[in-house]
Amino acid sequence: MILLWLILTPLIGGLLAGFSGRRNSALPRWLSLGCLAIDLVLVLVLYAAHYGAAVTLNGTWLAQIDWPWIPQLGIRLHLGMDGLSLLLILLTIGLGVVSVVASWSEITERVGFFHFNLMLTLAGVIGVFLALDLFLFFFFWELMLVPMYFLIAVWGHERRIYAAIKFFLFTQGSGLLMFAAIVALALINYRQTGTLTFDYFALAKTQLGPTTQMWLMLGFFIAFAVKLPVVPFHTWLADAHTEAPTAGSVILAGLLLKTGAYGLLRFAVPLFPAASATFAPVAMTLGVIGILYGAMLAFAQDDMKRLVAYTSISHLGFVVLGIYAGNALALQGAIVQMLAHGLSTGALFILVGALQERLHTRDMRQLGGLWSTAPRIGAIGLFFAIASLGLPGLGNFVGEFLVLLGTYRVASGFAIAGTLGLVVSTIYALSFVQRVFHGERPAHTTLADFSSRHMIVMATMIVALVWLGCYPQPVFDAASSALANLQRVASEHPSHPGAP
Amino acid sequence: MSGADLTAILPFIVLGGTVTIVMLAIALYRNHRLTALLSVLGLILCLIAIWPASAVASRHVTPLFVIDGYALFYMGLIFAAGIAVLLLSYGYLAARRERPEEFYLLVLVATLGAAALVASDHFASFFLGLETLSISLLGLIAYPRDHGKPLEAGVKYLILAGLSSAFLLFGMALVYARLGSMEFARIATLLSANDVPPDLYWLTGLALIFTGIGFKLSLVPFHMWAPDVYEGAPAPVAAFVAVVSKGAMFALLLRYFVTASADSFGPAPLMIEIVAVASILVGNLLALLQNNLKRILAYSSIAHLGYLLVAFLAGGALRIEAVTYYLVAYAVMTIGAFGIITVLSASNAAAEVEDLDAYRGLIWRRPWLGGVFAAMLLSLAGIPLTMGFIGKFYAIAGGVSAAMWPAVIALIVGSVIGLFYYLRVIVAICTPAPEGATAYAGAVPMVGGATLVALTLMLFGLGVYPTPLVHLIQSTAAQIAFR
Repeated sequence: MILLWLILTPLIGGLLAGFSGRRNSALPRWLSLGCLAIDLVLVLVLYAAHYGAAVTLNGTWLAQIDWPWIPQLGIRLHLGMDGLSLLLILLTIGLGVVSVVASWSEITERVGFFHFNLMLTLAGVIGVFLALDLFLFFFFWELMLVPMYFLIAVWGHERRIYAAIKFFLFTQGSGLLMFAAIVALALINYRQTGTLTFDYFALAKTQLGPTTQMWLMLGFFIAFAVKLPVVPFHTWLADAHTEAPTAGSVILAGLLLKTGAYGLLRFAVPLFPAASATFAPVAMTLGVIGILYGAMLAFAQDDMKRLVAYTSISHLGFVVLGIYAGNALALQGAIVQMLAHGLSTGALFILVGALQERLHTRDMRQLGGLWSTAPRIGAIGLFFAIASLGLPGLGNFVGEFLVLLGTYRVASGFAIAGTLGLVVSTIYALSFVQRVFHGERPAHTTLADFSSRHMIVMATMIVALVWLGCYPQPVFDAASSALANLQRVASEHPSHPGAP
Repeated sequence: MSGADLTAILPFIVLGGTVTIVMLAIALYRNHRLTALLSVLGLILCLIAIWPASAVASRHVTPLFVIDGYALFYMGLIFAAGIAVLLLSYGYLAARRERPEEFYLLVLVATLGAAALVASDHFASFFLGLETLSISLLGLIAYPRDHGKPLEAGVKYLILAGLSSAFLLFGMALVYARLGSMEFARIATLLSANDVPPDLYWLTGLALIFTGIGFKLSLVPFHMWAPDVYEGAPAPVAAFVAVVSKGAMFALLLRYFVTASADSFGPAPLMIEIVAVASILVGNLLALLQNNLKRILAYSSIAHLGYLLVAFLAGGALRIEAVTYYLVAYAVMTIGAFGIITVLSASNAAAEVEDLDAYRGLIWRRPWLGGVFAAMLLSLAGIPLTMGFIGKFYAIAGGVSAAMWPAVIALIVGSVIGLFYYLRVIVAICTPAPEGATAYAGAVPMVGGATLVALTLMLFGLGVYPTPLVHLIQSTAAQIAFR
């Protein structure tokens, strides 16, 4: 029941915020924060109540609900939370709060509708992280697109319409491919067992021939690869991230991209283990290409927001590499990388958004020497830039290092090529700091530094990143129980080499 | 004819009675409000009359009609759609100069024809229902006689309806000449007996019948008339053509294929797949080029009929369920979308509000109306929370279960293209209106607004929790009576 409330709270909060926006522009913000606080309490209650289960290695679910929804079609309201969902939902709530605070001064028009869309997106993302019925999963997967589209199209920057439509078409088109694969999987299962079901655990036991399995896996993979994004499908990302308002960019980079990684971890690999194993070299190649190509593109940008957007491609390349390397080390690394990337990139988007709000430009050729005028922004910018390049002691380092270590065991060539990405990331991160905060200062006059509201948000994110970098053990504990879950699902799959 | 037979055709009797009463009422006392009230009341009585009829279903009444769960479900859908169209038209007609009373009469007669179509399992009743429907539609399309565009649309419809009826009749004649029967079920028995080798007579006959039906459903390549007629006809009539006329025709096609198990005849599934793929791609691609909202909706309707054909490809029990759910969803969202045009045009008697530019900033000027419109468009695009999403699920399930992969791919590609032009409209209603643009600030008619709210509630209610509708479809519409 708590799981359902996790989704309903932001949904109801969003509706209330939408209606309250006409009377008062501060009320929607407080309502949204209040709902997110309630959600946080709910998650912590769940975590505290099942603390023992979360850290054991046998992989139990913290909570599940399983109610009929459309019984005639075997569609159920099946939600479940394990360590992986827990971590990602915590990230969702955290970045949700950050987005509300970051748009406090940036969004002044149609505040109610803005928060309605924001909360609806968060509800959809939380739903994606909880759904254990494939129909339900797709329902939430599509649901988060529409409010995100409105966030970009209504409150975005100059080319917002183009970016919003491109984003929607890419994700919707690939999503429908996945939907066809889901339906095909359910129908194949129906022919074998005689019951129509979309349940994750039931579908994982479907007997599939190698060719069918490969096609269905590709249907899932393409949907997740577009969201992630993996290189040939990445072109929507830079436009959408650049044109979105700050909160939109934070949610896109911090959460929506994670839903792609989550989908690979939860669905694409465990449902089709044999096909995934066959496909792994291709996926890892794409991951490495993403790491290097994303970093090179980031280095070539003059637009700050585009730069940050392209770093996401590079960072998520590590996640793909980790997921398809498949051993425990690499998977742990991929999960830590997802969390760390959410924090560091989210913070960078807020920083860049704040600069744009103050200077009305994102072009680094017109910037420089801001450190002396705005030392707080400068110092925080430096911190997140070096977090992004993977400095030891911060979360990104742990993630990337573990991924590379795990990958080296199965495919040393990919690990070596991936390591080069760390070098390139140093170049783009430091050149970003250099071009924005150091050097000649153009003739602007003054620049307001971060307000205390921004400082609190940034300080929280800094603490979280340092904690993730120095003491990631609680994350490993929570994740390892989830990984045990996933491995059990995969190992019970009929096509798994070790299955009876 | 026994008492049970009379009970079974009670909806027809009530509707026929309503037509007579409304006609007499107009002759005695010409009053818009009274006519509207009588017509809506009559249709509500027809809806109620379905209950006693369902108690005696399934039965054949004369060789012409069959009253089974399937027919009654579709009658209910047609009556409900008729009520919605009449309610939306009320404010629209009140603002116009033409005498509005006969409009209601024509809608009632057209509804009667559509109801006869869904209950027919004989070529004669098929043709009877079709002509009753088409001739009334002609009057409805050209109803604003003072304007050029409706008249042009009316003439186009007249010629093409005549042409398609000729195809249909010739096809029926060929089938009758070869098999000596006009009953669907008898034709099925004769054909499946295998002593009839596939010969030119009945193959040509079936192809001609399919052509005639294709015209009525505006499937590619018989789609040319649809955009012109939709653009010229008054908006509520366009909704009626898109929903009631096409819906009844599709229901008949489905009954014919199920009872005559016509897909076992060699090329039929392939032919349907080709027409489906062509309709999806052509409809969606041509919609991209339009700036007139009614033309966009016309092309989108061509594409949706293509999606319906993909659902139609499904085998077994899934087929009726998939097509029926999709048709209900299509009815709700199409009437909703045309309803917005109708309601907005009510305050603008000179012309209809159909240019995309006129919708700029709608969501900020009239949040409720804009929100309803956005919801209808998102449903047409098949986005979750709406009925369109479940409908799309059924369509994909239909294509996948028949393993018709080209159709499934076309559906996916078509949906993406479709999303693009629906988003164009949504972008238009979200961007602020340019300075000096006409604002169309007139009041929204109460009745029309309430109807739109009801449609939106259905759109979300049955989109989030479709179980009651699916249950209803499984327990009624799936009951096709075999002779």
